[in-house]
Amino acid sequence: MIPIEFLLLAFLVVTAVVIARLDYLFAAAMLTGIFSLLSAGLFTLMDAVDVAFTEAAVGAGVSTVLMLGTLSLTVREERERPLRILPFVIVFLTGGALFLGTLEMPAYGDPTATIHQYLAPDYIAGTEAEFGIPNIVTAILGSYRAFDTLGETAVIFTAALGVMALLASGRGRKGEEEK
Amino acid sequence: MKIPLMRMREKLVVRVVSRFFIPFILLFGLYVQFHGDYGPGGGFQAGVIFTSGFVLYGLVFGLENLQRVVPWTVVEWGASLGLLLYGCVGIASLFLNGNFLDYKVLDAHDPMHGLHLGILLIELGVGLTVSASMLAIFYAFAGRRTA
Repeated sequence: MIPIEFLLLAFLVVTAVVIARLDYLFAAAMLTGIFSLLSAGLFTLMDAVDVAFTEAAVGAGVSTVLMLGTLSLTVREERERPLRILPFVIVFLTGGALFLGTLEMPAYGDPTATIHQYLAPDYIAGTEAEFGIPNIVTAILGSYRAFDTLGETAVIFTAALGVMALLASGRGRKGEEEK
Repeated sequence: MKIPLMRMREKLVVRVVSRFFIPFILLFGLYVQFHGDYGPGGGFQAGVIFTSGFVLYGLVFGLENLQRVVPWTVVEWGASLGLLLYGCVGIASLFLNGNFLDYKVLDAHDPMHGLHLGILLIELGVGLTVSASMLAIFYAFAGRRTA
C-alpha cells in the first residue's frame, strides 16, 4: 500500500466519526458527500474506475442533493438524546465481527483467490476475443450478464415508480392547475 | 423548494460557474454513455452524470425553471422507454432466431457488429432509464412543499 491510501482511509474514518457525532444535520449531509468522494478516490486507486465513477456521481452528487431535499422537509438539528450504551455495544460488536471476517479473506489483488479462478479468466480472455472491446466491465454487464442488467434497470425503474407514487401525488397537469 | 441551497440562486459566482460547467457535465455524460465500450463507465454512470447536470441547474436556477426544461412527462416517458428499449432488444433477437438478448443475430452480415449494436442499444436504454429515474426522484423530493 502506498501512503495516499492510508491518508484517504484516515480521512474516511475521521469523516465517519464526525458524521456520527454531529447534531447539525445539514453539515452531516454534506459530509456524507465528502465521504463518498473519498471512497471514490480509494476505488480509483484500486483500479475500479467504473465503481469510482458511480460512487462519485451517485454518492457525492445525487444522493447528497436528495438528502438536502429531505432536510428541507424536516428540522435541521438532531434532537438531543442521552448516550445509550446498548446500541453502541451492538455496533461495536458487529463492526468487530466484520473486521475479524476480513482477516480470513484472501489478500487484496491475490491472483490465486477463488473468485479470480472461477469465471474471471474466461471473461478476461473472452472480452477481447469475442467482443473486440477493451472495457471488460461493459462486456460483463452488457452481454455476459445482460439478464442481470435488465433486472437492475427494472429495479431502478421500479424505485422511481415507487417514489413517484408515494411522494409526487397531485403533480402533473392536475397539480399545475392547483397552483 | 426551500432547500438551504436554494439561496444559491442569489449568489452570482455560483450562477456564473454552474452556467459554465453544466454543458461540460452533460457532454461528459454523453461521452461516458457512448464511449462505455472503450473507456470506463457505461449507461448507469452516464445516466447519473447526465442527471447531475440537470440537478445542478435545478439547484441554482430553481425547480420551476428546470421543470420547464425537462417536464414531468418527459421524465416519465424517458424512464419507461429506456427499460422498453432494453426489453425490445431482447425480443428482437428472439425474432431473429437467436436467444433472448443474444446480440450477434442483430446484424445478419457481421455478428461482431450486431454485438456492438446490441451493447450500444441496451446501454442507451439503461442510461435513459437511470437518468430519468434519478430526475424523477429528485423532482418528487424537491417538489414537495414544506409541511
